[in-house]
Amino acid sequence: MTEIIMSQTPPILHGPSEKERKYDRQLRLWAASGQSALESANILLVNSGAGTVGAETLKNLVLPGIGRFAIYDETQVSEADLGVNFFLDEDCLGKSRAQSLTQLILELNPDVQGSWYPDEDVKTLSSLLRDSPLFTLIMYTHPIRPEQLAQLEAYGQQHKTPLVAIHSAGFYSYFQINLPGAFPIVDTHPDETATTDLRLLNPWPELVTFAEELTKDIDGLDDFQHGHLPYVVILLHYLEQWKAAHDGKHPASFKEKTEFRKIVQGAARTNNPEGGEENFDEAAAAVVKTVVQPSLPSGLKEVFEYKHTDPAEQRSGFWLIADAVKKFYEKYQCLPLPGKLPDMKAQSKVYIQLQNIYKAKARKDAAEILQIVQATPGGEHVDPAEVDLFCKNAAFVKLINATGGGDGGSDAQISRADRLKSAAELEFANDETAELSLSPLSLLPIYLALQATAHVDLSSEEGFTAEAILAAVAKRVPGAEKRERVVQAANEVARAAGGELHNVAALTGGMVAQEIIKIVTKQYIPADNTVVYDGIGGRVQVLRL
Amino acid sequence: MASTDVHPASEPARWTYLDRIRTRPGPFTNPAMFSGDGVASFMEQIKILVIGAGGLGCEILKNLALSGFKDIHVIDMDTIDISNLNRQFLFRQADVGKSKAEVAARFVEKRVKGVKITPHNCKIQDYDEDFYMQFQLVVCGLDSIEARRWINATLVNMVDEEVEDSIKPLIDGGTEGFKGQARVIIPTVTSCIECQLDMHAPRAAVPLCTLASIPRQPEHCIEWAHVIAWDQEKPFPQLDKDDPEHITWLYQKALQRAQEFNISGVTYSLTQGVVKNIIPAIAATNSVIAAACCNEALKIASNCAPFLGDNENYMMYSGNDSVYTYTFRHERKDDCPVCGQLARDLAVDPAWTLRELIDSFAARPEAQLKKPSVRAEGKTLYMQSPPSLEAQTRPNLDKTLVELGLEQGQEIGVTDAAYATVVFKFKLKFK
Ligand SMILES: [Zn+2]
Repeated sequence: MTEIIMSQTPPILHGPSEKERKYDRQLRLWAASGQSALESANILLVNSGAGTVGAETLKNLVLPGIGRFAIYDETQVSEADLGVNFFLDEDCLGKSRAQSLTQLILELNPDVQGSWYPDEDVKTLSSLLRDSPLFTLIMYTHPIRPEQLAQLEAYGQQHKTPLVAIHSAGFYSYFQINLPGAFPIVDTHPDETATTDLRLLNPWPELVTFAEELTKDIDGLDDFQHGHLPYVVILLHYLEQWKAAHDGKHPASFKEKTEFRKIVQGAARTNNPEGGEENFDEAAAAVVKTVVQPSLPSGLKEVFEYKHTDPAEQRSGFWLIADAVKKFYEKYQCLPLPGKLPDMKAQSKVYIQLQNIYKAKARKDAAEILQIVQATPGGEHVDPAEVDLFCKNAAFVKLINATGGGDGGSDAQISRADRLKSAAELEFANDETAELSLSPLSLLPIYLALQATAHVDLSSEEGFTAEAILAAVAKRVPGAEKRERVVQAANEVARAAGGELHNVAALTGGMVAQEIIKIVTKQYIPADNTVVYDGIGGRVQVLRL
Repeated sequence: MASTDVHPASEPARWTYLDRIRTRPGPFTNPAMFSGDGVASFMEQIKILVIGAGGLGCEILKNLALSGFKDIHVIDMDTIDISNLNRQFLFRQADVGKSKAEVAARFVEKRVKGVKITPHNCKIQDYDEDFYMQFQLVVCGLDSIEARRWINATLVNMVDEEVEDSIKPLIDGGTEGFKGQARVIIPTVTSCIECQLDMHAPRAAVPLCTLASIPRQPEHCIEWAHVIAWDQEKPFPQLDKDDPEHITWLYQKALQRAQEFNISGVTYSLTQGVVKNIIPAIAATNSVIAAACCNEALKIASNCAPFLGDNENYMMYSGNDSVYTYTFRHERKDDCPVCGQLARDLAVDPAWTLRELIDSFAARPEAQLKKPSVRAEGKTLYMQSPPSLEAQTRPNLDKTLVELGLEQGQEIGVTDAAYATVVFKFKLKFK
């Protein structure tokens, strides 16, 4: 009801604000809610190594208006930087790279705050981490010194801060997202075509009455009315007929659905100039996708079955709502109705009535969920808007990092090492059959070869030989160093010797920025958890490591 | 090595990282195609053309300048708008209203010493084959399919089998939201943009009767204001989609209509989006796609690694759900109107009028021709211009295909001024 009242109030007829105009193309992707999350974020870049991929990532975050950033970079700008990094110029030579990058990146957007370290007061990474306001997310670039990595991981664990490791060298790169525990996303932006949920096999009374009213004399309707029956109504009508002829059962098998589709198509009137009816075409085309029993999507199933290890996490709004939806599902064997009606041929008035029937049912379901939430301890503080959003997206809710990331400590280290070994086993086994299954070869060798130089100082020559790389690989995944593709990757990494190609850094910086935007706005679905890029073959693989 | 004016003394140190890759072979480098010694100076001789100085174009110019290209040209007819600033990082608030090509060229020249960037503040159609012949590579960052098809047809037409230099590889990028694609076209060798046209099917248009009498969606009300109400009331002499006053007029009209039909959801932003067909765009995706294109340009120019085009030639990218790429080979089509030899089958109803046939070309994914002219075996059936010929052939529009003497299996030639001299050949297949 509120919607109708609102649309009747005189609209404010001024155009968009300056800020809305500047950010128009991105607001269409993540709306004001996503924008405000971005503007509240405070990102730290620990920029070691050749230093371009971090700068390119920041560019892509500063342009859309991230709140603030800090760069920690101990190096001075050298000639080699100028051939690869766009945010440094000749005036920067010999100066702090952190300072120069910050200045030239800040030029991109006057709305963003930026600071750089080390400076007069903050001389080390540990003092920066100790004295700064909390960071929303930290990214660091390889090669990085092990003690600095340890400091960042400790910080991430203590403050539950997502960490993103990035490594770009020559034609290769990877980045790895380390989230502090399970990461649920509600606003996943599924493809619009996937979201249609019409409940044709279990309609509620208001919908049934509406459909019956329109079709009780279907053969007596004039051609205009018949040709403008919404396809939802057409399908409900013929489903009733089918049930009457089939012991109350719905068309279930593919064969039955095909038969049902023929019945629907055959009911169209053809004695007209068009030789058919568009709404009946729409109805026939919708049979396979919409005449379906509600089921529990795998993403939500994972949410329902998730076992909490952290009691604080369990009391968050998301999990309280998820529990309520689970109870709702157990009671009704279906999810709360999202309430969106796709466009279909119909008279305006009839379509709007039907749309309101779907909306009203969705509001009723959401109200029931809200009631369950509010009856739970802690649930009284949950925002009803959060409940609404969950109900609209329930079928597409997604849990990332459900088994928990590298949460520090020796146990986790061991399990992470084991995870890599078993992933390697699987990837190499897949490669054996890749030719037969026409699937591309694994990019794990690239990850292994890059990872082998994660802590090698850029000035070290012996650290970047193929032999040294393969020896380091052998320590992590014994046997892998003998595989031809690993040897090739090691040679390719040796060729770059820690140097970046600008294109690969820019491409990787684009991907990382997308991921950070997704994590900060909690919209779309972040990668879980390692993304490897091969600039020779021109493709990406996501590995869970 | 080249002369000192393009090569400051500090250059070797500056290009350390790039030279490690482009002057030394790696495990995947084809030794028969590669000579490390001459790469740097060879790349300095290359003239490369960038089409578009927008979201992708800004990135492409930066990337090429930092990939060792020294002689870059850029074409763009647009001026800078405030809504560009969230991604077109070579532009500032103070540049709003200036030429994109000029501001972008000046910025990159200033930042990357030793690179020369020549701006062309005009349409690609303003130049002829002689202009395009001077380049060895073309990189495209456009948001219009029409412009892509035009440059593709032009480059394919320029190929002279006797002259090796007449083949200009075309590297094309495109984005929408978190998604995009990068592809390499070697004219007459690989599949071309016209061969791949059905990968970018046009959005189905809303039937006029829905707009006129049974609107159901906010978009229907906006289209009604745009297509019908504007023409009836002509509040301004010419619709300027960039004029906020004009958009506000459409918005108010659409809103009134929506209220009349109890439809919710008409907003200023949606009105603007529908009328201008706005595609969401962000810096991060442009960064990915432009870099994928320029990475191929570097590989093609230096042969330091195998490039897309030989085998696989198309990379699809999506960041909506995790990160996903699909890199594959798109096959050339023998019946491609631009690079193929054969006429393409065209299913038609013989009872159609010529007008119905002509209207159908706009919606066909593989044709997408908005103003087609039609000939059949020397006979002109309909011409959009010049006006005298249009008037002379107009009566044919209401005749059926049969009445016009067209037969099963007959070949027709279709042209559209938007695509230069390309003749789309079709073979009629009666339903
Ligand atoms: Zn072609």
